[in-house]
Amino acid sequence: MSSIQAYTGSGWILTKAEELINWGRKRSPWPLPYGTACCGIEMMAALAATYDMARFGAERPSFSPRQADVLIEAGTISKKMTPVLKRIYEQMAEPKWVIAMGACACSGGMFRTYSTLQGIDQVIPVDVYVPGCPPRPEGLLFALLKILEKIEKDHPLRELAARNGLEVCK
Amino acid sequence: MSQQTLVSACLGDMVVSISEFVGDLTVEVSKNKIIHALEKLKSDPSLQFDFLSDVVGIDNLGLHAKKAKAPKKDEPQQEAAPDAGATLPRFEVVYLLLSLSSNKRLRVRVAVPEDDCVVESVTGLWRAANWPEREIYDMFGIRFKGHPDLRRLLMWDEFKDHPLRKDYPLEGKNEERILNYLD
Ligand code: SF4
Repeated sequence: MSSIQAYTGSGWILTKAEELINWGRKRSPWPLPYGTACCGIEMMAALAATYDMARFGAERPSFSPRQADVLIEAGTISKKMTPVLKRIYEQMAEPKWVIAMGACACSGGMFRTYSTLQGIDQVIPVDVYVPGCPPRPEGLLFALLKILEKIEKDHPLRELAARNGLEVCK
Repeated sequence: MSQQTLVSACLGDMVVSISEFVGDLTVEVSKNKIIHALEKLKSDPSLQFDFLSDVVGIDNLGLHAKKAKAPKKDEPQQEAAPDAGATLPRFEVVYLLLSLSSNKRLRVRVAVPEDDCVVESVTGLWRAANWPEREIYDMFGIRFKGHPDLRRLLMWDEFKDHPLRKDYPLEGKNEERILNYLD
């Protein structure tokens, strides 16, 4: 990942606002650990000391959706639980990203039954899918790195302007 | 005295059948006597089945069809067997009892016909029966008369079907559309 592009001197730094925002966002993708089944154990391993997801800025697992940036959906989602998942996603403040961890979150996995949601992308948008049953913690770290790459390519100000109907000079 | 004779003596003519298999004693009683029978088993001083481990439901749908077919293949002249299979009640409710004083177990079954899916609730005897009975209602559609709160336990309230019935498709019938989250 390239670092922020800027001109620097003693006491000043000149860069683009978008790059500065992305630089900040990239360094603090606070995860919301939403472990609903066995994959949750693997997610805990990724967050704990050995794998230490905090190395990549995911320093503070946020159990409140309002302070979280990356929803890590690790585990099976039953149809009965789906409204809860959607509510949690809606409570997260923009910008937000979603990792679908494990076969269950991606596609329902081996639970092709009346009670299991066949993939969380049916109800919320997913940024990165991590296959595996369960994926290894490295898999989840890789997914987080993919999210960081995605953040880097974002254009937060241009999107803000577009949302408010403003013209943007290229 | 063996456990089997004790149970037979305790229940008297309420017993439909009683059998033992690899050390597990099973007694079938008729549906309208279930409360009375369990009450007796609980209070009998020589048995004292005072602990209800679980209550489970069974759907015998495919089993009966198989049983009815089997004798036809070997002996086509026997016509009584298929009829007997067809009249067997579809559902069963099984009570798993444990005696805390003697550490003995007992399985009590009642047959529940499809057109009369109601059993007396045993929540008056064991409050532990509350959730298992709700689960059986949820999964098999067997109702429990006298239950204090007979709501679904696992599926959501708007769900219409009973998914552990054998004629219910494994992948469901798209019931999630009833929930209003799929805009
Ligand atoms: S993908 Fe496998 S390990 Fe993960 S929640 Fe599903 S069954 Fe469990």
